[in-house]
Amino acid sequence: MTQTTTPNGFTLDDGGRRIALDPVTRIEGHMRIEVNVDSGNVIRNAVSVGTMWRGLEPILKGRDPRDAWAFVQRICGVCTGVHALASIRSVEDALAIQIPTNANTIRNIMHLALFVHDHLVHFYHLHALDWVDIVSALSASPKATSELQQSISPWPNSSPGYFKEVQERVKKMVGSGQLGPFRNGYWGHAAYKLPPEANLMAVAHYIEALNFQREIVKIQAVFGGKNPHPMWLVGGVPSAINMHATGSSGASINVERLNLVVSIAQQSLDFIAKVYVPDLLAIASFYPEWFKHGGGLSSQNLLCYGEFPTRANDDSNASLMLPRGAILNGDLNKIHEVDLRDPAHVQEFVPHSWYRYPNDIAGLHPWDGLTELDFRLGAKTRQTPDRIEAFDENEKYSYIKAPRWKGHAMETGPLARMVLAYVSGNARVKELVDGSLKKLNLPLTALFSTLGRTAARGLEALWAAEQLVEQVSFLQTTIKSGNEATANNDKWLPSTWPTEAKGVGYCEAPRGALGHWIRIKNQKIDNYQCVVPTTWNASPRDAQGNIGAYEAALLGVPMADPKKPLEILRVIHSFDPCLACATHVIGPEGGELTVAKIL
Amino acid sequence: MADKPTFYEVFMNRGVSRRDFLGFCAMTATYLGLGADGPGVVAHAMQTKPRIPVLWLHGLECTCCSESFLRSGHPLATDIVMSMISLDYDDVIMAAAGDQAEEILHDIVRDYRGAYILAVEGNVPLANDGMACIVGGRPFKKKFEEVSRHAKAIIAWGTCATSGCVQAAKPNPTKATPIHKLVNRVPVINVPGCPPIAEVMTGVISYILTYDRLPELDNQLRPKLFYSQRVHDKCYRRAHFDAGQFVESWDDDGARQGWCLYKMGCRGPTTYNACTTMGWNENTSHPIRSGHGCIGCSEDGFWDRGPFYERLPNMQQWGIESNADKVAAAGAAVLGAAVAVQIGATAIKRAISKDKPDAATDHKDSQA
Repeated sequence: MTQTTTPNGFTLDDGGRRIALDPVTRIEGHMRIEVNVDSGNVIRNAVSVGTMWRGLEPILKGRDPRDAWAFVQRICGVCTGVHALASIRSVEDALAIQIPTNANTIRNIMHLALFVHDHLVHFYHLHALDWVDIVSALSASPKATSELQQSISPWPNSSPGYFKEVQERVKKMVGSGQLGPFRNGYWGHAAYKLPPEANLMAVAHYIEALNFQREIVKIQAVFGGKNPHPMWLVGGVPSAINMHATGSSGASINVERLNLVVSIAQQSLDFIAKVYVPDLLAIASFYPEWFKHGGGLSSQNLLCYGEFPTRANDDSNASLMLPRGAILNGDLNKIHEVDLRDPAHVQEFVPHSWYRYPNDIAGLHPWDGLTELDFRLGAKTRQTPDRIEAFDENEKYSYIKAPRWKGHAMETGPLARMVLAYVSGNARVKELVDGSLKKLNLPLTALFSTLGRTAARGLEALWAAEQLVEQVSFLQTTIKSGNEATANNDKWLPSTWPTEAKGVGYCEAPRGALGHWIRIKNQKIDNYQCVVPTTWNASPRDAQGNIGAYEAALLGVPMADPKKPLEILRVIHSFDPCLACATHVIGPEGGELTVAKIL
Repeated sequence: MADKPTFYEVFMNRGVSRRDFLGFCAMTATYLGLGADGPGVVAHAMQTKPRIPVLWLHGLECTCCSESFLRSGHPLATDIVMSMISLDYDDVIMAAAGDQAEEILHDIVRDYRGAYILAVEGNVPLANDGMACIVGGRPFKKKFEEVSRHAKAIIAWGTCATSGCVQAAKPNPTKATPIHKLVNRVPVINVPGCPPIAEVMTGVISYILTYDRLPELDNQLRPKLFYSQRVHDKCYRRAHFDAGQFVESWDDDGARQGWCLYKMGCRGPTTYNACTTMGWNENTSHPIRSGHGCIGCSEDGFWDRGPFYERLPNMQQWGIESNADKVAAAGAAVLGAAVAVQIGATAIKRAISKDKPDAATDHKDSQA
């Protein structure tokens, strides 16, 4: 048994029972969590393992920079579009391409629609079953459920008959013995606290949200042709506007198309305001202790790159709807400037990642990013002939690198964005946060927790839905003023480019700060590096032993039954992991894995 | 399995009226392009079959196929998952995790040997003993081998599973390998696209449930009912191609009038998919309608046929009918042994139907 204190202030104890959760389900991609619990079943050590990599960056080398968005968009099909947006921004930055106002607005609309969709689906379909016991819903009174529903929201699907029908549907599914995706869930687990009526209401909305989510993304389909993976364009957007002239009905954007977008944006706002947010607050009110567990790094270090420029080609904080900046050591009175070009700001480290640097202790800025794969297991790895039972966190143990901002492990995501916006004086965000905390009778510091993270995501979804409606209106206003331009062709042809260029493109993805760094040489991609939100949050230890956001958040969390690790799912899901994003990273020098002498 | 309720019983039990049930069957039949007796065929099938277990595995992928599947409007994904199949394993939405999740795989393979469908999203990395994708402490490769061996059939969702997609673009660092290259005796149905269209995915499942067999496949194991025509063949901008009216630069007058995107690199002429017929997101749009050319995402090796904004070679204006052999040559891997044709889409379709290699025939014969 070893007890250590990390430089960033967390006490780790790798004695006690070791428990592995693998696969972590209801996430994107593949990951594993290992924890050590003490005699009271409280988590005292946590190990976050990214267990897949796809090697996209070497695939990009030598390709046309204008094509890069399509490749990197395939990093993730859940937060679809975020990598495409970061990519086209990186190319536009490298080549100094200015985009038209309408292109900026349309990108904002597509990206806001993604925020609304992604957060909604995360809450109901990836996270809700951590809090909602489906089997308990079978014993609910439909009449009492109706009363509960009507007490929290004016949503029209609230009759006793409606809830009875939902209950019957679930009852038959459970009764058939074929539970499908609900098979082997932790039903009846002591950590479930909702009364049957709240469970039934949530199950009804699980189904409603699954049916409704497909509407939201039709906004992306209008401007990008399809979802997932819509079409993007360096220099603007592909969808040309024609409101008045011949051929309008064949154009990508006309009166009918915009009417469709307006209609869906308003429906989306309605759903978020009347279903998602009321459910979130109702469910949260039954789990007050989860506003204490799982805070991890969030009360210390938060990082945002900023998003949603209100003015095209202006990414100053005066233009961004959500600000860029960092919070360090929990000091909410000081927002630190974040510079993605400064080699001392963002660096990636690999001493505990399955990669090799010439100097393993040093960090590298992404423009100079280097990755040579080095898959090996530490001496304390426990394995049977069939499988790995426990990884050795003292050595290399993850496909995820350890990114650090000025040397600090950071948390990124909706919680970081809402806190940064709050302390920057964003009036609407402040109103949403204060109003919700007041309803739950909680202080601002309650945000730094598992449910604080989940609540921040829900409030951000509402904020995003409101901004979505606003941005659609702004697009119409701009068009009405006579401006229909959507693309800038000045530097479309590679012959207009300099021999060498480098750029950085970034965005706030639903899961947090995302950056792409590109080097262009002789009209081709010379180097391409992505540092993504889940790389920050799921980061392994660094050279100094600082732990990342997932590992920190798990410490101190009590488990009711370590064989049914529901509590681990709660904490990890509150971050909304995206492992395909986090672990694709491999640099231009990356080759095949060194021989893995196991299994 | 015999004591499991049928679709019809499940529908009735959840309070769906007989009238609504028949309406659902009629819609499904219309959608599948069945004839006048279609609704009756669907209704009969759904009243007599228990829900088939489906195991949905994820290898190296981005989860866009799952997301697309959830977008299906008819049938709704909720109806498929709750009433039509028994989706007993799918990492993305399943309640269970860790040991409780892996136990399900074991139980289904034991209890439904040869009677479950395996759906695979993503591919299997073979480099270095498969350690680029580790699930449950073991290479994904092992998990796939165990579960695929006893499946009734395998659906390979999306281009990752059918041909490797972006991970397999040069230099394919993980040796990402498509599903059909890893199985011998179990029939595979390829449903390419990055991702496939939602209603193509649910259409394939509906078809299998309704007819208790795989749909007819082409020489690349793709269902003909969705992949037998090129995007170009039914494109709403096709008339502008024939008239020589092209978008010459982004946001020009042609772009604003919806002219042809061939000169901007559109891959519609060499891409077999249903985008321009069925559309995306319940026919809200498709890439060409949004003003961007098709990038050919359902075609084997499309990532290595860029740059995407360079026009296809060997296609003269007016040329599609008179020059289809050259198109076929340019996309040789796509068309396989398709022969030269002179009169466009219909002839190409006919040619591919006739030109069925032995592999595809064997494959069909081996179906359960």
